[in-house]
Amino acid sequence: MSAKIGEKSNGGFATTLKNSPSTDEFIKGLWRDNPVFVQVLGMCPVLAVSNTAENALAMGLATAFVLLMSNILVSSLRNFIPKQVRIASYILIIATFVTITDYVIQAISVELHKSLGAFISLIVVNCLILSRAEAFASKNSIGSSALDALGMGVGFTFALFCLGAVRELLGNGTFFGLHFFPDTFQEWIVMILPAGGFFTLAIWLLIFNAAKARKSEV
Amino acid sequence: MNTESLWYIFINASLINNFVLAYFLGICPFLGVSGKMETASKMGGAVTFVMIISSMCAYGIHALLVAINAPFLQLISYIVVIASTVQLVEMIVKKMSPALFRALGIFLPLITTNCAILGLALFQTNKGYGFGESFVYALGAGAGFTLALVLIAGLREQLNLADIPNVVKGTALTLLIAGILSLSFMGFAGLGS
Repeated sequence: MSAKIGEKSNGGFATTLKNSPSTDEFIKGLWRDNPVFVQVLGMCPVLAVSNTAENALAMGLATAFVLLMSNILVSSLRNFIPKQVRIASYILIIATFVTITDYVIQAISVELHKSLGAFISLIVVNCLILSRAEAFASKNSIGSSALDALGMGVGFTFALFCLGAVRELLGNGTFFGLHFFPDTFQEWIVMILPAGGFFTLAIWLLIFNAAKARKSEV
Repeated sequence: MNTESLWYIFINASLINNFVLAYFLGICPFLGVSGKMETASKMGGAVTFVMIISSMCAYGIHALLVAINAPFLQLISYIVVIASTVQLVEMIVKKMSPALFRALGIFLPLITTNCAILGLALFQTNKGYGFGESFVYALGAGAGFTLALVLIAGLREQLNLADIPNVVKGTALTLLIAGILSLSFMGFAGLGS
């Protein structure tokens, strides 16, 4: 349904993705074009707040919300924003939603707001959101932009959660604050330190690369 | 306001809490343009320049926003200032050195979305730094960013000659190096205190 509306209102814009069914916009973000593991976008929050599973999940959801709202707004304004100032307009739209998210998180849980710190505000400069606005939402209908944002958001949250879970489990011996290992377990402190973030992401990327290489061989 | 000495602020921003290796800010250009030594050092210069200008502006804006009692405009006004500074730098670089302009490519306009710059503006506001302190903080952050970028670029240039399995090539390898660098930068903790 949404794809049909999109084709009509898009006019000359929709050339690349005209034929793809709209469920595909959602699914591609989960795996094939996963924002973190495949496109390597939005690395800063991925590494910085993935020291516990809870932080990672909260950050992922906040980013997904901003992504969804800004994609919808950018897509609905795509015929009104002049081409020369489009990037500046996108950033303003994103900054507005991030400010809202910042205040909402502060209202829900001050503790969470403290542990995420400045990184909520830094969602503004998450390259993932701007790149989806520029590469997808500015050329496609509201419906498929929303689906694209949802897929990318879920994929991003999933990737963050993968990192956060591993780092919390090994670095702290806990999972969502619950103890998982016997008392004799020696925590790998390095995993919750900055260096652990780099190592964990590198290893996840290695696993993905190996999986892709094997698939292309077959 | 704040009792830290200017020297400590500089060392803190550049080495102890290096923006790239300890705060994970500015990872995108860090992964993107760290392939060559020359490009990396010039990128570092451009980022440092934008950092200093936007940090100064952020100080002024913060004072203004506090005066008119509108803190919710903070984020939006910071990003506008940063975007315009980047536009300025882009024009300067294009005029002065077209070759460098091509080498930096898409990463030059992307300085706008470099978290290190917005992060710097937000951190200095949170820490309540004054004008001089903000300036030194921006200088230190810029120096730290350039240092990390140049270090990685040097290592990657060497690795071009090495025999590496295909699976590890690319981002994964850069991240592994960054992890080891980050470990070694932890050795600076306690410096200057």
